[in-house]
Amino acid sequence: MIRRNDFPILNKKIKDQSLVYFDNASTAQKSRSVIEAISNFYKNDNANVHRGLNPLADAATKKYEVARSLVADFIGAQKEEIIFTSGATAGINLVARSWGEANLQAGDIVVLSIAEHHANIVPWLQLQEKIGIKLEYIPLKADGSWDLVAAKKLLNKRRVKLLAISQVSNVLGIINPASQLIKLAKQKGIVTLIDAAQSVAHLKIDVKRLGCDFLVFSGHKLGGPTGIGVLYGRQELLLAMPPFMGGGDMISFVDTDSFGVNELPYKFEAGTPNIAGVIGLGAAIKYLEGVGHHNIEIQEQQLTTYFLQKIKKLTAVKILGTAKAKLPIFALTIKGVHPHDAADILGQAGIILRAGHHCAQPLHDYLGAPATLRASLSFYNTKGEIDYFISRLQELIRAFK
Amino acid sequence: MDIYAQNIIDHYKHPRNFGALAGADFKQQELNATCGDDITVFLKFAGNKLKALSFTGQGCAISQAGISILSEELIGKTKKQILVYNFEDIKNIFGVEISARRYNCAMLGLRAVQKALSDSARSK
Repeated sequence: MIRRNDFPILNKKIKDQSLVYFDNASTAQKSRSVIEAISNFYKNDNANVHRGLNPLADAATKKYEVARSLVADFIGAQKEEIIFTSGATAGINLVARSWGEANLQAGDIVVLSIAEHHANIVPWLQLQEKIGIKLEYIPLKADGSWDLVAAKKLLNKRRVKLLAISQVSNVLGIINPASQLIKLAKQKGIVTLIDAAQSVAHLKIDVKRLGCDFLVFSGHKLGGPTGIGVLYGRQELLLAMPPFMGGGDMISFVDTDSFGVNELPYKFEAGTPNIAGVIGLGAAIKYLEGVGHHNIEIQEQQLTTYFLQKIKKLTAVKILGTAKAKLPIFALTIKGVHPHDAADILGQAGIILRAGHHCAQPLHDYLGAPATLRASLSFYNTKGEIDYFISRLQELIRAFK
Repeated sequence: MDIYAQNIIDHYKHPRNFGALAGADFKQQELNATCGDDITVFLKFAGNKLKALSFTGQGCAISQAGISILSEELIGKTKKQILVYNFEDIKNIFGVEISARRYNCAMLGLRAVQKALSDSARSK
């Protein structure tokens, strides 16, 4: 069941206006259960994990590892395949630096889509500089979805070693058929990485069904705290990869001349982890499962349909990304109004939006829009909020006419 | 930014001194990388006084109306006077409240003008 009251911040007022939080693609709001799980940990259980031989360390370690099991079950993985990182960005960087540097050579090709977030472009550009790999980008069709014909052609190129793509674009909100391309990649021995940063809060994810080798996401986009994220890696690949960062927890022994590497998943978790973050993420997953994926998908589909219906009537507004399979993430351009002015002015009316290129500059160049205004909704948003947004947007368009 | 800031919206829709200036003494482009605001200013002096200031560019209302308003303010001023303009002056000239998040938009035009003059000061 969906209970808006579970989110304390949603009752906040900005200049006497109710908060309308339409920036969920940037970060989702936190339920009371998440806030309390973090606070309870610091009040009652705070200790370092995997180190102490004392009851407090035991309690902290247990909570930390229970959360890992929750994450594993949430995406259909094994516990050993769940690496805690600081977020989706850190996960992709880990794969690029560990798997990438060990497996890619000059001239090898990494296939991305043109709709990727900078987090899934720059680490590969860094490898391009460092070892001379090549990047190829899957183009989009006019409706914002992948051009699958072009994608298949790209995957047929010799020397393609990795397909790294987001399931859902953080700008367009289009749900792309990732499993279709993964299947094709697999037949050709191409390793696959899925950026699930945007999809994880909205769609049920099963790594086995997707068939991907790696998958990353950030905790804060599904209602957990910031600074915590997950890298899923297929065990076979994780075992073969060299460790990334060195330090405590990732070692089995250290002497003055050498070190041994700890078993999975600790091999990739050097240093004291974000323990409260992991526990908060566990609470967020529990919360989402309590609401139910089915309920979330139905509510968000209704919000998407309603939003599109209403916005269609504003002739000055254009939506980028119109394919049918779409999450409630809307990138808008408004004739005569710059996105930054819109975000600023609507923000004063309590409507929280984002304006700019949303860390997807190549996509904005590709679409020929220097910036867009993005409204991104979640299951706790309402049709009433959409009505309020539309009326304020109309007023804005009139003022600039 | 205030939706009812008619002065800003008026200058945004009908920019003054818009366009390139033939025979300009100084030309300077300034960008706001994070949001894509883009202003190029053209300055022509008669002796020590700014005789003409024009601009081209694109971006949000604060940046574009800002340089339009500023162009009217600065024409007739000396280099020395122009170089001491700051954010406080900009707020006064615009006549609207500028929030911290619009600081870069509001300052873009002035930055271009001052950069043009200080660069030239070094080279000349």
